[in-house]
Order: sequence, then structure tokens, then C-alpha cells
Amino acid sequence: MTTAVGNMPASKARVFSHGVAGDRLFKWLTLAMGLSVFLLIGLVGFELAHGSALALKKFGWRFLISSDWDPVNEQFGALPFIFGTLVSSAIALLIAVPLSIATAVFLTEIAPYWIRQVLTMFIELLAAVPSVILGLWGIFVMVPWLREDLFPVLRRTLGSLPLFTGPIYGVSILAGGIIIAIMILPIITSISREILRSVPGLQREAAYALGATRWEVTRIAVLSYAKKGLFGAAILGLGRALGETMAVTMVVGNRPEIVASLFAPGYTLASVVANEFSEAATDIYLSSLFEIGLVLLGVTVVVNALAQVMLKAFAGPTAQSPH
Amino acid sequence: MKKKLVTLVLAGICVLLTQSSARAQMLINGAGATFPYPIYSKWFDDYVKIDPSVRFNYQSIGSGGGQKQILAQTVDFGASDGPMSDENLAKAPAKLLHIPTVAGAVVVTYNLPGAPTLKLDGPTIADIYQGKITAWNDRRIASLNPGLKLPSSDLVVVHRSDPSGTSYIFTDYLSSISKDWETHVGRNTSVKWPAGLGNKGNEGVAGQVKQLPGTIGYVELAYAHQNKLPVAEIKNATGAFVVPSVESVTEALATAKIPDDFRFSMVNPPGEKAYPISGATWLLVYEQQKDATKGKKLVEFLEWALSKGEAMAATLDYAPLPPALEAKVLERVKTIKY
Repeated sequence: MTTAVGNMPASKARVFSHGVAGDRLFKWLTLAMGLSVFLLIGLVGFELAHGSALALKKFGWRFLISSDWDPVNEQFGALPFIFGTLVSSAIALLIAVPLSIATAVFLTEIAPYWIRQVLTMFIELLAAVPSVILGLWGIFVMVPWLREDLFPVLRRTLGSLPLFTGPIYGVSILAGGIIIAIMILPIITSISREILRSVPGLQREAAYALGATRWEVTRIAVLSYAKKGLFGAAILGLGRALGETMAVTMVVGNRPEIVASLFAPGYTLASVVANEFSEAATDIYLSSLFEIGLVLLGVTVVVNALAQVMLKAFAGPTAQSPH
Repeated sequence: MKKKLVTLVLAGICVLLTQSSARAQMLINGAGATFPYPIYSKWFDDYVKIDPSVRFNYQSIGSGGGQKQILAQTVDFGASDGPMSDENLAKAPAKLLHIPTVAGAVVVTYNLPGAPTLKLDGPTIADIYQGKITAWNDRRIASLNPGLKLPSSDLVVVHRSDPSGTSYIFTDYLSSISKDWETHVGRNTSVKWPAGLGNKGNEGVAGQVKQLPGTIGYVELAYAHQNKLPVAEIKNATGAFVVPSVESVTEALATAKIPDDFRFSMVNPPGEKAYPISGATWLLVYEQQKDATKGKKLVEFLEWALSKGEAMAATLDYAPLPPALEAKVLERVKTIKY
């Protein structure tokens, strides 16, 4: 490097050719970095498949549809965990997405400057709370409150739905979903805020010029312009939700069962790995936990792919340039 | 210039490293059970004062991990809360010895108004954990506790969600008491629980029981003592209700049937004062040590632990081996070759 810089004034041609070489190097370097992401995911997938070879051979596709999780008789199936993961993530999205987008709208469209600063800082602080701390808060504050206050009210008012029936323990799939919602709130909010900020001011001015109220401006000029991006923010949140582990484990009840009621305890893919991996004594047990990891990877890929398809179908290719 | 500096620094680090390793003691590595970790670490700390030339490095990674590591010969000794299965033992490259060190109890704790002392027996606990008894004022609980006013509230079962030696002892006991439990659930570090909520660790189970009225759970005796949890008296094989304590567990060890290879289960022993839900913990050591000096030091340590070390057990809520068993185990330790 030092010699090349030293030669620079001596020959412009050499500098030029050096620049081209540098560009090429830069191109290959960035390409390598980009490819390393593929490599990394490929390696993770390969290692998981390799570790779960025994379970894949023994249970085959049955692993995905069996509800058995019996270490004594060495029968393993992932269905209750897949169910728990999908349901708790869905609950989390249902709670977090409207809250996040509303917060982002407030931050970009309505709030005075100093409030934006303070609120943004607090949202980022929420993202910094370690998962295990949130879990402890969940056990000692949130779960008792859910058990004593919120759940009984839900059962009284919405008890006709099968979703809100049965005994109330506090720890439940719903509690897991609420904890995940809190954890994915910051990421969805900050991405949504960036997206709303990137909506051109002309959009808003045009809507105001047509006599729109603030709500109409937000709805027509801002939200519909940004809907593709907001959908993407929700997808990123979902990605996080599917893999959340520690805090969920602490409040979800850890019971591999498929029950319609959201008050019932459940179990997620990530939680069962966290709970059982370190002490899994037999080979097939360990291998089944590896396969749970593989299934989690699969669920994440499938859900993200579905989201991409939905994004294309509902936002349409014109969403980015709605002129 | 820079290169020279780097070389100098590297050389300096090398010198420091060689110096410190020259001064270091012999390191004996072990891994395994978390349950005896407090007493083992006390032993290792105190033993440095007896013999400053050895140092112990113990990783409490769990019994499953301890068995795997000793089978792979990546550690000098393993530790496990349950005896190794025949299947796992067959994987050992050489003869592996089970050295029982201390025993502990699993206690039944609960959340009832007024925290009364509950009396329970095995079949009732099995039915509770199978979800067949769902209310506190069930007549089977009531008949064991005459004079106690039991609430009509729901009975909620709490169990461990992580595989653990505590669960092994508990399910081992229920399997020995109830045929139904043995065939439908079985004994293991983790089982397919027929009912209840799962929580990670003793602290998770105890936390859930403290939080939720009407719950029943099981934790280690030491944990229950230190956190002053209410514990149930359990009916033993002779029909007496026994409070879990260091003494009643040692009594269980003294009356349990112990096979020659020390791979024993001590649940529900015939002793009159014996607490029925208890289990021992083991060190796993190869009979033929590969490294002569290390092997010698390990044997010396084991002899010290099984004589002097045992005396420290009770202060940490572990039950020491009764004298007769201690003598037998010491004899076995002497057969280790190096």
C-alpha cells in the first residue's frame, strides 16, 4: 500500500490502472462478503441436517405431524412446537404491528421535535433490555397481572369464543405472545419510522393542497404510499418473533399440547431446544432436538417466503412509485 | 519498526506464558452434574490446602454432558445424578467405575393458604401428577390429612421443563410406587408429563409454585431449605410419614439395597425413618488411569473426599454416605490402577 501511494505522482497511468485493479478488488471483496451470507445459512442448514440425521431417518415426515414428545419411549414429534411458535408469533404481530405503526406515525407526523427525540430514545432503550430481564418481569409482574386482571375480564367478555376458555394459570401461549410483542415492538417501530420519514414531503403537501385533514393526509398520502415498506417492517418483526427464546420460555408454560384456548400453556420450537438441549442424554433425543432446530429454520424460511408472495400480491409493483 | 515491536510483544507474551505454566499446578478436569456442584466446589477449594500441587476444574454442564464427556475421554472424571444406563455403559472404551459421593432428596412443595404441613403418599402423588386428582379437597388428600381444612380450589401441577436428575429421582420414585405410572410415563431425566406446567430449574419450579395459588411442585431439598418453602411429609415403605432432612436421607441410603457396581436406586427403601424420594450422585472414573501421576492424585483426592469431605456434606444440605457404605466405596477407590 505505502509503495503504491508513494508512486502516485510519478505516473498517472499507473495510478489509473491501480484504481481499476482496486475497483475490481473491491467488487470481488463485496461479492465474497455477499456470498458469505449464503454460505453461512447453507452451513447452518447443513449442520442442523447433519445433527438430525438419526431423527430424520427414524421418524421421517412423521416428525412434522406427530404430537408425541416422549423421551422415555424415544418418540418425538414437532407439531405442538410448530403450533406454539406460529400462534405466539401471530399474537405478537397482532399486538405489535398496530402499536408500532401508530407510534411511528405519531413520531413522524404529529409529535413536536423534542418529544420525538425522547420517545425515540425510549424505544431504543426497550430494544436494549436483555431478554432474560424481560422474562423475569414477565414472571413476577406481567403473569400475575394477566392472571388476576386481564384474563378473567377476557373470559367474562369473550368467553363464548373457544380462544378464551378453560382454566387460567397466567403462564400461557397468550402470555408468550404478549412478551414477544414487547420484544419486537422496537424493531418494527424504528423501521416504520424510517420508512415514513422517507415519504416525500411533496406527497403530504399535495394532499393538504386538496383540503385533506391531517388524518386523511396520513392515511392517503403517507400510509398507502409506504404500505409496502411497513409490510416489510412487520416481516422483519415476524422473523424476530419466530426465534425469540428466553423470555418466552419463562412465561409460555412449556407444555407440548395443541389446545384452542389461548389461556392454556404451550411450547415453542426455540423454547424446547433451550430447555432440553444441555441435558439430552440419548442420541435420538439429541438428534430430535437438532431436527427441531432444522424445523425452526424451515418455518422461518417458509413464513418469510409466504410474506414475500403476499407482499407482491397485495402491494403490487406500483407501490413504490404511486404517481 | 512496527514488525519489531510486534515481535517483541509476542516474545514477551510467550515468556509470560511459559513462566506461568511452569508455575501452574497439575490440572484435573471433570464435568457433569449440577446438583452436587456446591459440595464439589467446596471440596476442590479445600483440597488445594491439603495438596497444593493439584487443581480441579469442574464444569457443571449436567449429568448427560458428564456421561458423554467421560465416554469420550475428554475429562479425567465425569459426574452424574443418575447411574449410567447399560446401553451408555457399553459404549465405554474401558471399565468405568461408579463412585457414589453424597445423596439428596426431592421434596414436594405447594402453595396453600397458611402453608400447612401436608402429608402425602406415593399413590396420591402419582395420581396428582397424572392429572387424576384435580382439586385440593379430593378425598384421597383429605384422608391423609385428617383435621386439615383443604380448599376446594384447582390443583395445578408444576414440573421441570429441562431434563434433570431431580426429575429422575422423582419419576423413579413414582415408577416404583405406581405400576400405572411406570407403564404410562416411566422414569427418566425428562418424561412426557401427563399434566401440568413446565418450568426450568429448581428456581423456575419454586418461582411458579410461589406465584400461583393451588400449585404443587417438586424441588431439591437444599433448595427448599434455603428458600424456606413448605414441604410435605411423605409416607415411606413402612407406613411412617417422614420429614425430608439430611438424616432421613442418610437413613434411606443405609437401608437401600446396593448392588456391587454401586449403580443403585434408593427410592422407597425399607428403613423406618427413611425418606422415600431420594437419590445419590456419582463420580465416574476409569478403573485403569491413563496418566499415572494424574491417576495417583485423583485417587488421593477421592480418598480424602470420601472420608474428610463427607463431613462437610450436611452443612450444605447433602446427606453423607453412611459409614458402612463409605468403607465399601473407599475399598473400591483403592482398586483404581495407575
